This record gives sequence, C-alpha cells and structure tokens, in this order.
Amino acid sequence: MTDTPLLELKNLHVGIPKRDGYLDIVKDVSFSIMPGEAFGLVGESGSGKSLTALSLIRLLKKPLKVSKGQILFKGRDLQTLSDREMRGLRGERIAMIFQEPMTALNPLKTVGRQIAEMFVLHRGMGWAEAGRKAVDALASVKVPAPEERVLAYPHQMSGGMRQRVMIAIALACDPDLLIADEPTTALDVTVQDEVLKLIGELCAARGTAVLMISHDLGVIANMCQRVGVMYSGRLVEERDTYDLFAAPRHPYTKGLLGALPRLGTRHGAAGRQRLVDIDGLIKDREALLQEFCFQPRNTIRDPRLRADGAA
Amino acid sequence: MTVPLLEIRDLHVQFPVGGSLLGHNKRLLRAVNGVNLSLAQGECLSIVGESGCGKSTTALAVMGLQAPTSGDILVDGKTIIGDATLSRMDRARIAQMVFQDPYASLNPRQTVHQSLSAPLRLHGASKSEANDRIADILKKVGLLPEHAARYAHEFSGGQRQRIGIARALILDPRILMLDEPVSALDVSVRAQIINLLLDLQEDLSLSFVMISHDLGVVEHMSDRVAVMYFGQIVEVGRWDAIFANPTHPYTRKLIATIPDPDTILHPHRNRATAAAPPPPAGFYFHPETTDRPDVYAAATPSDLIEVAPDHFVRCAT
Amino acid sequence: MRRFNLNLWLGGVLTLLVITGAVFAGYLTSLDPVFDANLMHAEEAPNGQFWFGTDEQGRDVYTRVLYGAQISLTVGIVSQIINSIIGLSLGISAAYWGGWWDDFVNGLTNVMLAIPSLIFALAIMAVLGPGLPSLLIALGLTNWSWTCRIARSSTLSLKGQGYVQAAQTLGYSDIRIMATQLLPNMVGPILVISTLGIGSAVLAEAALSFLGLGIRPPFPSWGSMLTGARELIVVAPWAAVFPGLAIFITVLGFNLLGDGLRDYLDPHMRTRQ
Repeated sequence: MTDTPLLELKNLHVGIPKRDGYLDIVKDVSFSIMPGEAFGLVGESGSGKSLTALSLIRLLKKPLKVSKGQILFKGRDLQTLSDREMRGLRGERIAMIFQEPMTALNPLKTVGRQIAEMFVLHRGMGWAEAGRKAVDALASVKVPAPEERVLAYPHQMSGGMRQRVMIAIALACDPDLLIADEPTTALDVTVQDEVLKLIGELCAARGTAVLMISHDLGVIANMCQRVGVMYSGRLVEERDTYDLFAAPRHPYTKGLLGALPRLGTRHGAAGRQRLVDIDGLIKDREALLQEFCFQPRNTIRDPRLRADGAA
Repeated sequence: MTVPLLEIRDLHVQFPVGGSLLGHNKRLLRAVNGVNLSLAQGECLSIVGESGCGKSTTALAVMGLQAPTSGDILVDGKTIIGDATLSRMDRARIAQMVFQDPYASLNPRQTVHQSLSAPLRLHGASKSEANDRIADILKKVGLLPEHAARYAHEFSGGQRQRIGIARALILDPRILMLDEPVSALDVSVRAQIINLLLDLQEDLSLSFVMISHDLGVVEHMSDRVAVMYFGQIVEVGRWDAIFANPTHPYTRKLIATIPDPDTILHPHRNRATAAAPPPPAGFYFHPETTDRPDVYAAATPSDLIEVAPDHFVRCAT
Repeated sequence: MRRFNLNLWLGGVLTLLVITGAVFAGYLTSLDPVFDANLMHAEEAPNGQFWFGTDEQGRDVYTRVLYGAQISLTVGIVSQIINSIIGLSLGISAAYWGGWWDDFVNGLTNVMLAIPSLIFALAIMAVLGPGLPSLLIALGLTNWSWTCRIARSSTLSLKGQGYVQAAQTLGYSDIRIMATQLLPNMVGPILVISTLGIGSAVLAEAALSFLGLGIRPPFPSWGSMLTGARELIVVAPWAAVFPGLAIFITVLGFNLLGDGLRDYLDPHMRTRQ
C-alpha cells in the first residue's frame, strides 16, 4: 500500500450561506482513505455523515455549500475542478450507491441499458459492445440468469436484486472509490448480508476503496477497516475498527455502543439490563464536543499513528 | 393450565391477486398460512421474520384491521372473530397498536391533546376525566403535560413515538401490539424507547406482541419468540432457547446474518449457530432467495415438533 | 426562505379585485344596473361620466360589470361548494370502503369525465329551465369528478398511515375517521382544485347565459351582457369588451391563484416557526 491517501478531507466545513458567513452543519471534518481501504462513517440522522459524502462528489443540494476546507482526491482539490471535469470523475473514478435503489434507478429503462450507459458514457463504447459488457457486469454481481435479466425493468426485480444492479452500475468503470450511503438499510437482514458480502468481495478484488455510510454499527464493524464516528456535524472519533469497538474513547461512542441491544448480551430470564440513554449521558453537547474532539492533523498520514497520537 | 390472554388458532389470511375483471385466473396469496400462537398475561411475545413473511398481517388480524380467511382468535378463551356482540369500543380495549413510523402515525392536523382526548370521550369519559388521564399518560411515557397543546411536527422522532405509545395506552388495553416500534429510530433514541417499553410493561403489567426483524431488540425484550417464514411459523419457543439453540435452518440463517459489532471482537465465537446440532432431514426451508416457497400453495401438511420443552420447530413431512 | 410566488400574488390580487367589485358594487357606483336606462345616453363610448361606456339602452356598462361580478362569483363559489361536497363524500367513502361502492363511484366518475360538463349542464338547464337556482344546480352537479378523483387517491394513500389505523383500533366510527382523520389532511389539494373549479364555473355560467339558458336579461350577468352586445360589436364594441375582460380577469385570477396555491402548498407544509 502506498502512503499517499486516495481521498483526503482537510478541515471540511459544509454550511448554509448567511449574510455574515456560513451556518456550518458539518464542522471541521478531516479524514483520509487509502487506496483499497474500506472506511466507515457512522452516526445518527442529522449527524452530517451524508452531507460529508455528498460534498465529496459535489452533489450538495442548493443552499448548502462547502464553506471551508479541502477535498483532495488523488492529490487534486475537487473544489477547483470545473463542472465538466467533475462529471467525468463521477461514475468513472468515484461511484455512489444509495439507500433506495428503486429511486436511484430509472424506471423507464431496462437495467441492462442503464449499466451499458456507463460504458458508452465513460468508455466511449458502442451500444452493442456495451450491452455485452452489461451482461458480464450483471453476472459479476451474482444476478442469476444475467442474459435474461438485462432486459428486465427495475420494478420487475426485488429490492436485493435492484441493489445488485446499482452495484453493477457503480462498479462498471472500475472506480477508485465507491461511496455507499446506507446501501442496505431498506433490505431484509438475510439480503443485507448477501449484498454487503458482495460489496466487500468485489471491492477487495478490484482494489476499490469504499466509503461506507451507515447508522448501523454492525454493518460498519463487519465491512470497514477504519471507522469515523460523527456526532452533531463533527468527527468525534476516528480509529481502527477493532480498537474502536473494543475500547471506545469518546463518551459519545461509548454511549452509542451501550445503547445498542446486542446479541448475546442478555443473560438469564431476568437479566435485562437497561440500555444506555445517550441523552441522559450528554448534558452539555458543546462541552462534550470540545473536550474530546480530535484535533485536525494534516501532517501525520498514517491512520494508525493518527489515532494513537490523538489519544 | 391457565387460559392464555391471547390465543391464535390456525389463522389463515389469503388475498386474491391478479386475475381479470370477471374473476378468472385469480390466485390466492396465502399471507398467513395456519398460524398458532399464544400469549400469556404479562409476557412479551416477538414475531420475527423478513418483510412479506406474514408477521404484520397476523398483527393486523389480531387488531381487527384485517379479516382472517379462517381460523380463530381468542382473548381470555373467548373468540373475538365474528362476534356481533363485540363492538368496536370493546375491541379497542383489548389491543392497541404502536406503529413503526412515528412520522406517519400521528395526524399532522391534530394536537396531541386532540388525538388523545377523542378516543377517551368516545368511550364515555368526561372532559375533566379525559384531561386528568392525558396528563397522567403523558407523564408515564416521559413527556410533560404541556406537550399536549402541540402538534406532531413540533416533536422529534423519539418524542413522537412516545406520543404513539401514549395513544396506544390511553384506553388501558390488555395487549400492546408493537409493530417494529424502534426500527425507524436512531440508535440512542431506540435505547430510550426500549427502556420505556420495558418499564411500562413492568409498571402496568402489560402484555406485548412485538413484530420485528431486529434480532438484537428481540433478544433484549422478549420472553418468547416466534420465527415466521412465508406465512408459517417455523420455530417458536422461549427467547433463550431460540437464541442459544436455534434449530430450524432459517432461524440460524437469520441469527447468523445479523451484522453484529461483536463478531469482529470475537471472530471465533461464532455465536449459537456453531453449537446447534444439524437440522433433521426434511426441514421446511428454502435457502436461496431465488427459490422461495410457493406462497400460493396451501399449507403443506407439516407439524411443529417439540425438540425441547416449550421449543417447537417445523418439520415438513 | 420561500421563493417569491408570482402566481399566488397575481392571482390573489386579481381575485381580490373581482371580489371587492362584487361585494362593494353598491358603493362603487351610484347607478342601478337594470333600471338606470337612459336612451339619451345610448351607445356612448367610454368617457368621464360612463367609464366603460353605455349599451344600447343607455345603461352604464361599468355598473353592470360590477353587479355582474356578484352573479358570477355567487354561481362560481356556490356551485363549487356543491361540487366539493359531492366529490369529497363520494371520493373519500369510495376509497375508504372499497368494494362495489368504489367500483360504482369510479364508473360514475369516468362517465362524468367522458361527458363534456357544459353539455351536461346544458341538458340539466333545459329540464329545469333558466334562472339562478337551476344554474347553481346544473353547475354544481357536473363538475365534481376531479375533486372526487383527488379525494379518492388522497384517501388511498392516507388510509395506510398509522394514525388512520390507530383511529380504527381506538373505536372511531367510519364517518368520524373520514371527517377527522382523512378530510383535514387533504385540504391542500382540494383547495387548489376548488379554486380552479370556481374559474371554470364562472366561464360555464357565462357560456350558459350567453346561450340564453342562464341568467336572463335584463339582469346583468357577464354572459347575458355579451349576448346583448353581440349585435353592437361594430358600433359599440366596449359593451362586449368590458364584460369579456371581466370574465378573462376572473378566470385568470382564479387559475393563477390555484396554481399559486399548489406551489405554495406543495413542498409539504414547512414547519411553522
């Protein structure tokens, strides 16, 4: 592994412009993802994890803007790219999959055509060749009978199959980075398991780095090598996954892990422990953020050093 | 043996699907295919399974929101199906429901007070009785009496779910039906609501039927667990038996696929699934998503066999 | 931070203008629309005394347009209220109860949509005879199909909401659920379609009166004024232009208001702060 990060966020702020500056919703987020690495961002709704991801591919909704900070992708600042260059990058080098595949897929086009479009658009292939590649792509995401399924419309497929199609589209051009925003939240557990395994296998085989965004600590734990915990717009803890779950440092992370009803933690018929009430734990949210917040570090590149250095 | 509070006997719910205007070619989707369940007073029974397995339809049938095709539902040993003497009012006092989506379960055009007082007034309470009861119930679910004047959109998701619980409890029902009560909530809020439900169960000696796909929550809250798969119960028993010794292959798969943060800490402790004995031949289970059981077929003549005391597993013969 | 809603404002101003004219007609003119006829002033072009000119009997067109607004608005609003009541009760009950009743209402709605409502109103007027009450009935019975459709589809989507199911389990009667749980939650789209409906009722009234089936002369309705002005179109075009303009402004006003309301209500009630 090289020591140049694939993606590096430096003091990223995302906010709504106001008369005097910005009202920041994402504050001072810094982390980096190495090539081929799976990084998880975990947090509750409104913690800013999805906004962080959208700012990476410059798809923030209207009043929201990156107000400060840098987003370096392979050393280039994405902020400085033209819209045209950015469009070329999206889908080609940075791909994204969303929570609800039904809304992300075009209901009027066959899934085969939607996959083939990626090859035509980014690889300049003819439709015939792209169509053949689409069958391969469907086969690679383990959709049964891909030759027939390329002709299916999204509504003719189950949620799990649709999400596989999304993955096929996202990985069609062998991107360097896959952003997966709650990719399995809408799916049943057994299907979720299959889809997560698929993402893991494919990305490992192709050396694609993954930025996995989820509220589900279990999903993150099983998918990612490193985790960032977001709370109230800030990255409060960023560690190696194993270390984080074995010994969380930030009180919020501790609370989050304690609030989760985990399998195998109940002992005996009467052994129902009360779950940790995070709101009761957090009396002063700002003080909590200040006290334990990780300082932005730009010089230390190795994530391990970084986590230790901040302790 | 005492009479269970709620008993579901051989419940079938079928929906006609497809077919033309004149009723040709209509097929029957067997959403619930011969379910037997019972709930004792003060117990929490969880029904787990994936979407479309019939767990919600079963719940709706108990609530009287879905007419069963056949079968019987008994409360205190008396049937509540097709009993003309049982009015809507009487039924409302048997079971109430807490809904999954706290945003869709409260009428946006009504204040909390309005949505809580209307049922009370309907059931004959005076204005001052209703006000006292509302203040009391809001306190029980961890809200303040002054919250009553507010509209639903002024509350957070967790607070809305508390209001939903207050509404379900307002008529003092015997059974609380919890339909994925926490799955739409954030982790921290989830914990609060689970704690609240368990406290209420103890304080008011409530009986719960919980529908969920979240096995972490189920293990935490349940006394007994029923696993449903394509309209049928494939395994039912005490929670510790189900989680410590899951026997039906579907139950095992369900438990094994839960993304659990603890698996990375203890990769070799592959939970209960490793310890369970291999299933006897002929289990009613279709492992692949592409090869699911036919939901249009009649119930196969299969039985729940008792593998341990109060632990039943379905085995196709 | 809502965007400026031009439709809403323009529609609101135009509608308000028409309503003010109708309500305060007695204060805005000193003449009587019917009896202040003076052949000495017949067919005068607009001038300082008669702002909109006079017709062939020397009646002030300005006065008659103002009083005509009363008739037009009464017809528009009352007939739309009848339409809304029919459409809402049929639509909500059909979706809520389903079964044969739903099939029946659906069929009826489709039939109503297939027959041009003006032709249908024409037929009813032919049976009932001309006059304001029969006009109200004819227009009130023929334009409820869109309201019905919207009420039905809103009900279908609301029916699955938790609060409606909760109301069922809490022992509410069906009628109470429809009135307290369903109806208040479809006010927005119904308001929009009703506003548009008023516009088309005003237009239908003008058309029927123009054909001699609505308000009979000498009472001033914009439609009947147009009938009378038809023969004067060359010598006294103002007698036709101003009632025509009034119809145009009213219908435009209500349509803009309807569109504006739709935009205003669409992003689903932002939290009132």
